Parts: sequence; structure tokens; C-alpha cells
Amino acid sequence: MARAVVTVPARAKRGEIVEIKTLAQHAMETGFRRTQTGELIPRDIIRSFSCTYNGVEVCRVELHPAIAANPLIAFTTVATESGTLQFQWVGDNGYTVTEIAPIKVE
Amino acid sequence: MSPRLLLLACFAVARAWAGEIAPEERRSGYEMMSRETQKIQDDDATNPGMLWVLDGEAMWKRKAGAADRACADCHQSMRGVAARYPSLDAARGRPVTLEQRINSCRVDHQKAPLLPYESKELLALSAYVARQSRGLPIEPKIDAKTKPFLDAGREAFHRRQGQLNLSCSQCHDDHWGKHLAGSVIPQAHPNGYPIYRLEWQSLGSLGRRLRNCLFGIRAQVPDLGSEELVDLELYLMWRARGMKVEAPGVRP
Amino acid sequence: MTTRRQFLIVAAALAAPTAAKAQLDPNLAANRKAAFQEARRRIVGDTLVRPGRVKLTLPPLIDNGNSVPLSVTVQSPMTEADHVKAIHVLTEKNPLPDVVSVRLSPRAGRATFSTRVRLADTQTVTAIAQMSDGSFWSDGAEVVVTLSACLEEGLI
Repeated sequence: MARAVVTVPARAKRGEIVEIKTLAQHAMETGFRRTQTGELIPRDIIRSFSCTYNGVEVCRVELHPAIAANPLIAFTTVATESGTLQFQWVGDNGYTVTEIAPIKVE
Repeated sequence: MSPRLLLLACFAVARAWAGEIAPEERRSGYEMMSRETQKIQDDDATNPGMLWVLDGEAMWKRKAGAADRACADCHQSMRGVAARYPSLDAARGRPVTLEQRINSCRVDHQKAPLLPYESKELLALSAYVARQSRGLPIEPKIDAKTKPFLDAGREAFHRRQGQLNLSCSQCHDDHWGKHLAGSVIPQAHPNGYPIYRLEWQSLGSLGRRLRNCLFGIRAQVPDLGSEELVDLELYLMWRARGMKVEAPGVRP
Repeated sequence: MTTRRQFLIVAAALAAPTAAKAQLDPNLAANRKAAFQEARRRIVGDTLVRPGRVKLTLPPLIDNGNSVPLSVTVQSPMTEADHVKAIHVLTEKNPLPDVVSVRLSPRAGRATFSTRVRLADTQTVTAIAQMSDGSFWSDGAEVVVTLSACLEEGLI
């Protein structure tokens, strides 16, 4: 099941700033909602997102319940060399998702 | 022709068209959203509905059921399919929705259990199929066999109901574009379904949306997949004939 | 045998604390504003925060408070010597003041970030940028948030 999807340009020129867009499938339960009978629905959110580029961290995000469900995280990075971008989402209740995207830099 | 007869004739014509939106005046719900929300739909990289489409694609290729068959084993492109639904099911003698057809296939051909309405799996499959009709004009087939159901749906759309004694037509034919509290009233065309609705924070079907509306006007809410709901869906798709499919749409 | 009167008094006494807890806090606005100030202080300490260099973009009138597109861009060369270390977004009226914190480095190329947020009420959203030289810059954006016309109460 597609837990997350990342959009990265397949190729870029060295030094070019590329745009990266990521989507994760997650309800981001805030912990403030109540059921019809009044019970509090416990918090269950993605807490952090990180992107590494050939092993070097280039972006780290701390998420709070105010981030909308199915979070979009979009940022930029400099295309330094060809290799692999790795994305990781970590959240409550042992949630952890990893996605990989190759990038070719000319 | 006497003036009186002319007047009566004009009145008759006006009455027939009263409430129905002229074909050239039809607008997708897309046009009534903010530019920012439109952008979410436009870009597959930011459209949350695509998460379900991708799930659907994976399911499409996966073998399932006692027959150990994948959808992909029998079907190639589903281009144009969603644009024709609800469609006549010969065995049942009445139109069925895309979700119902998917379930029929699962039971009859894959020997797999039914997927519950609004389940993640059923929505994923219908989103994957509907996505392949994106940009195509809606054209449900109306002939002698399906016309009675279309008429039933039309009647339901124009019928006053519920504690608020409102008909769908009153808001969506007569007052579209105006505001209900902070929301703009759309014309209620189903061209984006299944949609990622911001209010739901999830993908959902037309059936779910109709039930929400009926609940909102304090009317009796028919079950998902019920005949009266499908008849109404058929009428809505016919009412939107020619408009482009936008699935998976994003809506407030 | 307990009289009805005694029973009602005991029941009311037991229910009162839980009822009071479930009730909306009468000082809600003030408490949330205080939480916002506290969160802001946690980020910047005593350092002065200057308006400018940061551009926080939010639609002025949103379609639905459940999902509001938000982006922040900070003017910065993003070099080793001069770059944005972090961008923080805060609100005054949400149940919690923190929305998101983004850690950046010169590898980012541009100090820019987009996401979608939940906003509980019409309010001002604040973005604070933390620079490599220890300075803080900020921008605010006002958003009008309305409830959906028909609430569905969980009906699927």
C-alpha cells in the first residue's frame, strides 16, 4: 500500500536547486477530537520527517497535530551529485515509513 | 396565435426549464474553490487523492480471491469507464455504481469477498479506475432500459424532503453561487468523484457525499449502495453530461 | 434508604469535576495566547525578533480549516556563512501553539517550505526564521476560518 509518495526530478544539473514534494498517507489524529459518546480519541500523528542525500541530512521537519491529514511536505535541495535521496517519516505507535528516489546529476 | 395562447405557451416552456441549469451555464465545483485548493487538485504531487490511486494501482495488479486472479489479468486500460457510470447491470436489470461493479467483479470473477462501501480498498480501486477517465466527458448511457431510473433520480432531485423541506434543486439549481454560511453553494456536479474532501480529510464516494447532504437537510438518509441513492447518482451524472471528469478531485 | 434528594446531590458532586473538565475552558483565548507566548519564548529566548526577510503565505479566506496551504520563504543566500537554520510556525488560537519546525542547512539552496495546516479559528499565524548568526526574523499572516455549512457529525 502506498504509504507515501515522493516527487523528485529524475535528473538535474550540478548546482541546480531542485524542488521536492512529498505526500504521506496518515490521518494525523490530533488527540483533541472526541467520539460520539464523548471519549477522547488518542493522538496519533507523524512526529518527524527527514530527507538524506547520499547519507547527508538535508532537511528535517518536526510535525505537530496542527499539520493537516495526509501531510504534504515540500522543500528544496541543491543537486550536488548523483545518488539516492532517502525520505523517512516517524510517528506515534511505531509508525515508520521510508521512501527512496534516485537522482541523476550532470 | 392569440396573445393569451402565446403567453400560456411561454409560461409552459418557462415552467419546464424552471430550476434546471442551462447547459452552457454549468460550472464544475472546481471553479468555486479558492485558487490554492485548485492547485492542490491540479498537481499529482500534492493531490492527496493520488495516495489512493497508487494504492488502487497496486491492488489492481495483485492476485486476489479463490480464483487467484488480478484485475490486470482480464482488464487493460480502463480509460472512459468511470465516465459512463452508473451503468446498466444486465443481471440486476438496473444501473449500478462503479463501486458496485468492482464488487461484482471481485465476487463473480475473483471469487473474493465484497469490499465494504467506503473502505480504503474499494475507494482505492475506484480512484484508480476513475483517474483513467480524467479529462474525458461524462456520458452515462440513457436508453429505454435506464430511463426509468434516470426519471426516478430526477424526481428525487426535485422533491422537497426532510425537516427543512428542501429539495436538492432549490439550492443547486436555483441558488448556486450564493453562500450558505461561509460556504459557496456549488451546482453539485459529480465530475470529481471519488473526491478528497477537505472536510473529511479523506477520499470518499459520491454516495457518502449525498448521504451527508441529506443528513444536512434533516432528511431520511438512504443506505450506501441503495437503489434510491444510485438512481440519484445516475441523474446527477446525466445532469453533468459533457462535463470533464476530474477524478480524483479535491473539494472543500 | 437514600432519598432521591440525597442521590441527586451525590451524583451532581461526582459529575461536577468531570463535567467542568469536559466543558470549554472559560479562559480559552487567554490560555492559548499565553501558550503561544511561551512557545515563542522557547524558540527565541530573550532575543529581539525583527519583522522582515520572512514571507509567510496563506490564503486570506480559506475553503476549509482542516487543510490550509501554507508556505514560508526566507530571503537568505543559504551559504555556510549566512543561512537559515530553522523555520518555526506558530498559532495563537489553535489548541497547541506549535505547528511545524523545519531544520535547514546550506544544502537546501533556498530557504523555502510548503505544507498544509489545520487552523481552528480566524487568527494570525506567525512564522519565525532562526538565522545562522543567531538573529530571528518573523512574518505574520491573518486568515479567516469558517466552519462548514453543514456539519456531518461523523456520518460516513
